[in-house]
Amino acid sequence: MTEGGGHASALRSFLKKAAQFVIVLMTTLLGLVAVTFFIGRVVPIDPVIAIVGDRAPPQVYERVRTELGLDRPLIEQFVIYVKKAATGDFGNSVLTTNPVMTDIANVFPATLELATLGTLIGVLFGIPLGVLAAVKRGTLIDQFVRVLGLVGYSVPIFWLGLMGLLLFYAKLGWVAGPGRIDVTYSYLYTPVTGIVLLDTAMQGQWDAFWDAVSHVILPACLLGYFSLAYISRMTRSFMLNELAQEYVIAARVKGLSEFRVIWRHALRNAAVPLVTVIALSYANLLEGSVLTETVFAWPGLGQYITNSLQNADMNAVLGGTLVIGAVFVLLNLVSDLLYRLLDPRTR
Amino acid sequence: MKRLPKFLLSAAMVASMATSFSAVKAATPPDTLVQAWQSDDIISLDPAEIFEMSASEIAGNTYERLITYDIKDVSKISGQVAESWTVSPDGKTYTFKLKPNRKFASGNPITAEDVVYSLQRAVSLDKSPAFILGQFGLTKDNVKDKIKQTGPLELTIEVDKAYAPTLVLYCLGNSVASIVDKKLLVQNEKDGDWGYNWLKTHYAGSGPYIMRDWKANEVIVLERNPNYEKKTPLARVIYRHIKETASQRLLLEKGDIDVARNLNPEELAAMSKNADVKIQSAPKGTVYYLGLNQKNPNLAKPEVRQALKYLVDYQAIADTIMKNKGEVHQNFLPKGFLGAESNNPYKLDVAKAKELLAKAGLKDGFSVTMDTRSTAEITGVAQAMQQTFAQAGIKLEILPMDSKQALTKYRARQHDIYIGNWGSDYQDPNSNADTFAANDDNSDGAKAKPLAWRNAWDPGPLTAKTRAAVMERDGEKRAQMYKELQKAVLDDGPFVIFLQQTEVAAVRKNVENFILGPSFSDNDMSQAKKN
Repeated sequence: MTEGGGHASALRSFLKKAAQFVIVLMTTLLGLVAVTFFIGRVVPIDPVIAIVGDRAPPQVYERVRTELGLDRPLIEQFVIYVKKAATGDFGNSVLTTNPVMTDIANVFPATLELATLGTLIGVLFGIPLGVLAAVKRGTLIDQFVRVLGLVGYSVPIFWLGLMGLLLFYAKLGWVAGPGRIDVTYSYLYTPVTGIVLLDTAMQGQWDAFWDAVSHVILPACLLGYFSLAYISRMTRSFMLNELAQEYVIAARVKGLSEFRVIWRHALRNAAVPLVTVIALSYANLLEGSVLTETVFAWPGLGQYITNSLQNADMNAVLGGTLVIGAVFVLLNLVSDLLYRLLDPRTR
Repeated sequence: MKRLPKFLLSAAMVASMATSFSAVKAATPPDTLVQAWQSDDIISLDPAEIFEMSASEIAGNTYERLITYDIKDVSKISGQVAESWTVSPDGKTYTFKLKPNRKFASGNPITAEDVVYSLQRAVSLDKSPAFILGQFGLTKDNVKDKIKQTGPLELTIEVDKAYAPTLVLYCLGNSVASIVDKKLLVQNEKDGDWGYNWLKTHYAGSGPYIMRDWKANEVIVLERNPNYEKKTPLARVIYRHIKETASQRLLLEKGDIDVARNLNPEELAAMSKNADVKIQSAPKGTVYYLGLNQKNPNLAKPEVRQALKYLVDYQAIADTIMKNKGEVHQNFLPKGFLGAESNNPYKLDVAKAKELLAKAGLKDGFSVTMDTRSTAEITGVAQAMQQTFAQAGIKLEILPMDSKQALTKYRARQHDIYIGNWGSDYQDPNSNADTFAANDDNSDGAKAKPLAWRNAWDPGPLTAKTRAAVMERDGEKRAQMYKELQKAVLDDGPFVIFLQQTEVAAVRKNVENFILGPSFSDNDMSQAKKN
């Protein structure tokens, strides 16, 4: 009896949490749509010109204006948009004439590929460097990590990207140039997931796979460097905080090896806030790094939204903004779940 | 400390992995031309809708039209799909005979039925470029009666007035009049859309190349058309969308692309010193100009309009900011057009400008704004003008803005000065005269918005003269009329025309017969080959 009651209450609490999450997601997205929609409508750009061009005769101009519903009151336009969006219809992009979500499904994998690799690099190098800097506080190593982070923060990414290309691609020839894959290989595989590395590997096209790797490595390292700068900085400060705690002293007194103290005990506790840092940094990269994507001719979300914005393609901008919003909320959820896993107190 | 060596080790591993990817090929395949260009302006590959520079080039290489012209001398008009044509004595009916035994890429024969379908389709879909055909009195409702098949390989087109035949023919040579494969389109038609929703991303033509694949903002692949009478030397032409010009340069230097299409003047200067690269250029039908809004009381004074024409350092702009990208040109018809004037009477003359300003009662100058699209080139030119204007006491404030925003403001006549460029829609002088020298209705609510209207300028008798010029069937007389129109606009119009655009490409030395023509649809890849 009591057992069953326990299950029921667990279920109830789970449902409550799930409902809360859905409400948060919906409110966030609705707020995003409202803000983006109204900003998009008040900018002094005529969206009709984006579609028909500057030379179209007046009757074509008028027809398209009516088709877009721009002759109706702003509020009515908004309500129509939200109603359609609720059914999954985000309208068509005026630039590509495809449904916006089709476009985003095309460009998002490119960004996902780059951002995931970038974050992996950032985590794999950033955390050890941060830990090291904290442990060796005030030494040359600490200074080195600090400068590395500072450079990562302050150097414009497009400059670093171009210099990277100049050195590793043009001069040394270690990596391939801008683009996702060489034209010679681009028809050897069929896009399934849209993630080139995955597609080529799954279809056993190893030549194409290695070519894709040589294309992705430089931009991924570049993005990785920027997230490394942030992650190492935060790791250092979390670790300093932990290393000053009494349990660390206790562990040392107990005679545990320095390795265990630092990597098992201190880092384990620092990992909790780090999860948020990493999730945020990942979300940032998933927005699409416009400048990196431009320099490396990477057809991702950042370029898509920027290009749409410049052409007053508001459906595309709204759709893109919603996807980014959803990504943020989801990553938040994931980091919440990880919190529970890492920190027993929150269970 | 114990961890450090391990970390270094893994770093070294990554570095050595990176070096092992160096097996990147140095050259593009010998039967494939790979180009880098900025193609984010493409919204559709349906010829009835194509109106942008990049898409025009694709249409030019993948579709055919009734008529074509010699790109070295555009006055030489010849048949492409048409074998011959005649114009009726009243000048209103054009009869075309088609070349026999021609095929589309699909293998379907090219018949008069396809041509009639193509032209009716372009008029009926009524997309942006449809007016190029619509201006001859063709509408959705009458086009079935006006364009008719009269035999398996014969058709007639009836226009509403006795226009100059060259005007009609040039318009039939425009990409909007491309011949599409009726059978193929009918198969792909949905809800009476003339196959539009299919064709905007697919292909149904007969040109030297087939459009094989288009991924927006990524790549366009053209492939040799096996059914084309004169097979192309290359099997494939690939256009890669590379937005960043510095990346284009790096790819070209490495040989990962054969042609870079969008380098800036500094990059071109550097490339011209590269032994593996040659620079190719061609004047285009686009002129750069300042539009002076006549609603501004200062700019409305004829002396002020003149003074501004003396306050531009034409040569310096052409030699520095726009080096390789344009040459000095002050008339509204680009070089190469019927009747185009090549005289450039204005040059920087501050004293003369001051004198004119004094006459206008503006001895101490005045303040004025310029809507400037924030591209490096346009901003550079605007800054150069700001400096020379200041020498006569004119305070020019540059308002940087996004191009669509500037255009919206321009079309609402809310600017002082607009710095822009105008590209001809088709190869006939009327394309430019109609916008620079004619304005049927100068009221705020006017439907048509030619450049004269946008600058609130009533050209008076020039409008009637422009309309008369399209009806003049004597070539020489017609050319003379355009010369007079140009002079009138040059002397008194609210336009400071300063450059004609040059298109430049940096091409690797082993590429031959890469041809840039006078309009974007004339950029011809069909004879290109690689050694």
